[in-house]
Amino acid sequence: MSSCRDLVAALTAVLCLATPGWAAKPAPAGAAPVAPVYEGIGRAATPSEIAAWNIDVRPDFKGLPKGAGSVAKGQDVWEGKCASCHGIFGESGEVFSPLVGGTTKDDIKTGHAARLTDSGFPGRTAMMKLSTVSTLWDFINRAMPWTAPKSLSTEEVYAVTAYLLNMAGVLPDNFTLSDRNMAEVQQLLPNRNGMTTRHAMWPGNEFGGTTKPDVQGSTCMKDCGTEAKVASFLPDFARNAHGNLAEQNRLVGPQRGADTTRPSNPAPVGTARATAVAMTSPVVATAVAAAPQALGLLQRNGCVACHGVDNKIVGPSFRDIAGKHGARADAVAYLGGKIRAGGSGVWGQVPMPPQTLSEDDAKAIAQWLAEGAKK
Amino acid sequence: MPTDDETTSRAAAMSGRLLKAPENYLDAAGIQTVQAEARQGRRDFIRRAFSAAAATAAVGAAGAARAQANPLPTEGGDPNILTLPEHSKTLGQGVGVEPYGKPSKFEANVQRRQSPGLSQTTQASVAFAPLQSLFGIVTPSGLHFERHHQGWYDIGPSKHRLMVHADDAMLLKKPHVFTMDELMRLPSVSRFHFVECGANSSMEWANVAVPTVQYTHGMLSCSEFTGVPLRTVLEMCGVDAKRGRFVLAEGADGSGMTRTIPMSLIESGEVLLAWGQNGEMLRPAQGYPLRLVVPGVQGVSWVKYLRRIKVGDQPFATKDEVLGYADLMPDGQQRQYTSLMEVKSVVTTPSGGQVLLDKGFYNISGLAWSGRGKIRQVDVSVDGGRNWRPARLETPVLSKALTRFNLDWVWDGRPALIQSRATDETGQVQATYRQLRAVRGSRSIYHNNAIQTWLVEANGEVKNVQLS
Repeated sequence: MSSCRDLVAALTAVLCLATPGWAAKPAPAGAAPVAPVYEGIGRAATPSEIAAWNIDVRPDFKGLPKGAGSVAKGQDVWEGKCASCHGIFGESGEVFSPLVGGTTKDDIKTGHAARLTDSGFPGRTAMMKLSTVSTLWDFINRAMPWTAPKSLSTEEVYAVTAYLLNMAGVLPDNFTLSDRNMAEVQQLLPNRNGMTTRHAMWPGNEFGGTTKPDVQGSTCMKDCGTEAKVASFLPDFARNAHGNLAEQNRLVGPQRGADTTRPSNPAPVGTARATAVAMTSPVVATAVAAAPQALGLLQRNGCVACHGVDNKIVGPSFRDIAGKHGARADAVAYLGGKIRAGGSGVWGQVPMPPQTLSEDDAKAIAQWLAEGAKK
Repeated sequence: MPTDDETTSRAAAMSGRLLKAPENYLDAAGIQTVQAEARQGRRDFIRRAFSAAAATAAVGAAGAARAQANPLPTEGGDPNILTLPEHSKTLGQGVGVEPYGKPSKFEANVQRRQSPGLSQTTQASVAFAPLQSLFGIVTPSGLHFERHHQGWYDIGPSKHRLMVHADDAMLLKKPHVFTMDELMRLPSVSRFHFVECGANSSMEWANVAVPTVQYTHGMLSCSEFTGVPLRTVLEMCGVDAKRGRFVLAEGADGSGMTRTIPMSLIESGEVLLAWGQNGEMLRPAQGYPLRLVVPGVQGVSWVKYLRRIKVGDQPFATKDEVLGYADLMPDGQQRQYTSLMEVKSVVTTPSGGQVLLDKGFYNISGLAWSGRGKIRQVDVSVDGGRNWRPARLETPVLSKALTRFNLDWVWDGRPALIQSRATDETGQVQATYRQLRAVRGSRSIYHNNAIQTWLVEANGEVKNVQLS
């Protein structure tokens, strides 16, 4: 009995000792709640760690490292590291959207890229959208070149930024961009006045904007003014542009995917149809990886009830059979015969009854065994 | 010759449907052959004969008459019933064959897909979730849509770090570094939330451009996310949330993805430092081992491979807050820091690119969601918006999560225009394209939450259309 008491006492002691260790102590009744202390979690970041990762540059240029780079230097960097994707003049749309184009001298005066109002103007270049030069510097610094981000030196980042602005007609050929003149360059951006935060789509009051949505739908339920005329649809020539939609829908359920490799069948459902719309090709997109044929045969013929691939059940594992007999010159014939004839004594006294599978199937299994019984 | 798998899938697809045997399938002579072989004990042929016989019976019974969904065969019954299938007469597979289970091989069509021509690279691109094939509200993690800006990685969790800091001790007193081990010791929560790309449905602003709901709405997924509220960690680090109203989140990938997160949303406790997704760790394409979860806000703010949280007193104007994800309005101004995903819904069954097999009863089913909270109501129209009926909202109806809705419908075989219209708990009602374009034009790229229309043609084909 005393040992029981000792145990209780010991447990109590442990629990009492443990109590002060609770991180989040429940606040005593009536006291102000105490913020939990998550002991042992996290540690102070060191100055060099912060310096290594603190790379962002804000619109007020907080975070911008000291340095400079010239338009001329930028051209060298551009042609070596940037032009293959963006084009020699930043105009290419081959890989990414064009960077330069669509801005005018007038835009530099107004701070509005006028062509943003022109729905006929093809595309929107980065320079038409750019409202803060810090953004350009920060992005080149953190993410470019695309295949080797964060590999440019500070001078190269300044230089490439300067060269882009030069191609856009914002900076002259002999300009050197630096941390000291970035704020002045900001005042030349063609679309510097092109942004607004007066909308209800920021989830908070940080910008002091509105919380009232700008668009509201109708709640009409009956005989509503309707737009029942179809105004836009995919042309027939685009029917298969996204691949065969029959391969992009499930093969069971209320509907199938349309076979877009052939024209739409005009016959309504419920009438005799020359070819069934959905069922002519219930296709599976990806070839289903076929399990080795032998595994299917083992499954179908009940072999796996007594033999595991890797483990003995009633009879030996297939792997063991392969190990014992696979090297025989007549392994396929021997094993195929054994499967169909059954036997006992080789692996113990539990007999294997004769199996009724075909000679071909037995041979296929024997072949698989002779090859090492691989899954 | 078709493989067993193809044959079985065809049989599955064909069961219970009166249709002429399709091309490349067994003709009458072929059926006789396999039946003869079946009598000789060629078991693998027997199963093929079943499906072929079903097709024969169907043709015989139906002739040119109206097709039925589940026909009464002429010869005493459905061979799928009368002749026991292989799986009823043999031993099934054992446990552990697939230590991480996979979907049925018959589900191979249900995949994420890219829209051809949308982007020139695969690393800065999108793979859309197959919404047309999903049930309920949870997106299987392997089908969660993908959007990467500079490729995805599978980052070793033992070397991943999260840094929390500010440039000024007035904003945050104690800059910290955390390991994943440490973060995962903190008190965690698990919550269902949708994540939708700000550019979801962007191809459809001006006109119909893509055929199916996978491409119109598939930059949308919903998961149960597990993590610790960012508020908890910021409080540990001594944040002054009155001064620091803007928080920068930064990824560890090549793009160093950065976005400005509102402190007001962090203060609500909704923003999570998440490692869990649908009961397991995040998938690599979703930011393993750590991502930010910003409920109700567009996916670009859910920074993946999250390495840094910085508290600031001004917004950061990152690349994807200036050169992308700014909404161009008709007056030429771009709306900056648009983040909320507003009330939206779409019918997923039936939807574009599908074919209804017959007239009669259908369950119209779809998804509704709002970045402002819960869905209050969804109405469905089958006449292009003239008349609406309220749909059933299925449980759970959760804030800033997908909500599944259903509505009974008997299709009479005549063309129909199917739409859904959601209302959220703030009272905002989803708008038509006409209403939306009247305010925002058609060049905004982002935040298209217009009502979607599917045209069901008399032949059963469903097409993506827009109404005037």
